[in-house]
Amino acid sequence: MHATDIALQIKNKYSSSVVGINVQRERRLWLELVAGDFRKCFERLIKEDGFEILVTITGLDTGEKYEVIYHMSDKEGRVLNIKISIDRDNPAVSTITDLFPAAELSERELMDLLGIKVEGLPEGRRYPLPDNWPQGQYPLRKDWDPSVLDKKIEKSGDKND
Amino acid sequence: MTKRIVIPVGPQHPALKEPASFDVTLKGERVADILVKVGYNHRGIEKGCEGRPYLHCVYLLERVCGICSHSHSTCFIQAVEELANVKIPEKASYIRALFGELERIHSHLLWLGVAAHEIGFDTLLMYSWRDREVVMDLLALLAGNRVNYTVNVIGGVRKDVTEEEKGQILKAVDILEERTKYYVRVATEEVSFIERLSKVGYISYEDALRLGAVGPTGRASGIKRDVRKDDPYAAYEEIDFDIITDDHCDVYGRAVVRVKELLQSYSIIRQLIKKLPQTPLSVNVPKNIPAGEAVSRYEAPRGEDIHYVKSNGTDKPDRVKLRAPTLANVQAVAKMLENGNFADVPIVVAAIDPCFSCTDRMIVAANDVLSEKENRMTWKQLREFSINWYKKNKGVDFSKIKKSDKHI
Repeated sequence: MHATDIALQIKNKYSSSVVGINVQRERRLWLELVAGDFRKCFERLIKEDGFEILVTITGLDTGEKYEVIYHMSDKEGRVLNIKISIDRDNPAVSTITDLFPAAELSERELMDLLGIKVEGLPEGRRYPLPDNWPQGQYPLRKDWDPSVLDKKIEKSGDKND
Repeated sequence: MTKRIVIPVGPQHPALKEPASFDVTLKGERVADILVKVGYNHRGIEKGCEGRPYLHCVYLLERVCGICSHSHSTCFIQAVEELANVKIPEKASYIRALFGELERIHSHLLWLGVAAHEIGFDTLLMYSWRDREVVMDLLALLAGNRVNYTVNVIGGVRKDVTEEEKGQILKAVDILEERTKYYVRVATEEVSFIERLSKVGYISYEDALRLGAVGPTGRASGIKRDVRKDDPYAAYEEIDFDIITDDHCDVYGRAVVRVKELLQSYSIIRQLIKKLPQTPLSVNVPKNIPAGEAVSRYEAPRGEDIHYVKSNGTDKPDRVKLRAPTLANVQAVAKMLENGNFADVPIVVAAIDPCFSCTDRMIVAANDVLSEKENRMTWKQLREFSINWYKKNKGVDFSKIKKSDKHI
């Protein structure tokens, strides 16, 4: 089956939840879903459409909103990039660690680097920033100012002494 | 009831050269529970790529890892080339694959030595690292560097392989193949090696699949997955090779997969040299990359490497995300260690071949031999030289690029 056929099939199947679908080339599909329907569609895409391998999760800041991309792959090497958009105020996604335990570190990255809350992710050690990293500083946000950090780290270091 | 003891292994540990911490809960001699903490080596490279021109990102990303430097630069450049909608000349894709395989050989031989050392088989460490020098010398000869070869440029490669070099590569491959056949014998016949590694760090096919194990770690549990076949890049579509899998699912299986993969790499290199087409080395790529998104995959020695690049029409990327194979394998390690012996922790961790920060050695320019005038460049001169070079050879003007304030 060609990528265009798969795209059409996904579009028809999840029509109400699809914001857009795009075939970049034979092995690269981009799907944007309504954030609220993500979980429901995601489970079906894994079980029914064969995109059963989680490659990684990317979080990014476009300036107006945050985006989370779940890069999924099937056995033929096709990559389906599932994107959802999240509001800047109170950003949150739900965890997928119940389906893919290996997603834990990627989800912790979302929390640490972008400040996106991951609902349902159990408490655990932070990753990848150091333990004395100041609260509320998310380096991958576009409005983040690294110069603030020098002062804050010094300050938190003092406290630890 | 046996008393439970928690022993912290790492972040600094005599057996593991990279910082990673494992809090191992023991029930007697057996591992009952394990808590992994990684992130000590976070250097903010993804953030560093924002606000740096694509050209600079290539050099930065090549330094993600000393061992698989070519993997990261190729993976990133593939994404950028897709965004810029350029097709690289055939010869460039062959040379990229050639370096990729040479890198795999040196990485697998390095691993064999480390693994042998962890089980107290230091003779094998000495042998395999001696043989690794053959491929390291070859890389130094071809690229000028033992690590961080910087062979890739956006749009192709920077360096050709001459007829003389082809002969040297083939000669080195012959030597390495003979040595590797000996290692295959060691791996399949040497009783102490087999006994020490069998049933150590067991992970079933189902668990490996569920936990997302990649590369030789996954293939040793029977997962027949290799990006070179599944999603071919560079010249791999035109090359004939097998995906090596094994059904031992333990450290022994991982050793067998890696040793057999070496033999595949030699065959790939011979085919690449034989088929090396005569085309230009690179095409020109404009400085500004059109807005878009691309995902690029690469089979690094340790498994699948993936880069996501988002461009915004300027000369700097908007977001670069990368996932190295070790991150995908680290959760599988926790599973492998469960119910194992405490003494097996180092070899099981080493068996996924975690990325060590390895800077083999520094080459200091031979200033004593040449006069200062001929040989030394100031930073300013070097910058001017590179700007002129790009203007002349690539038609790209980098002179406007200044160090941005946003740099960290």
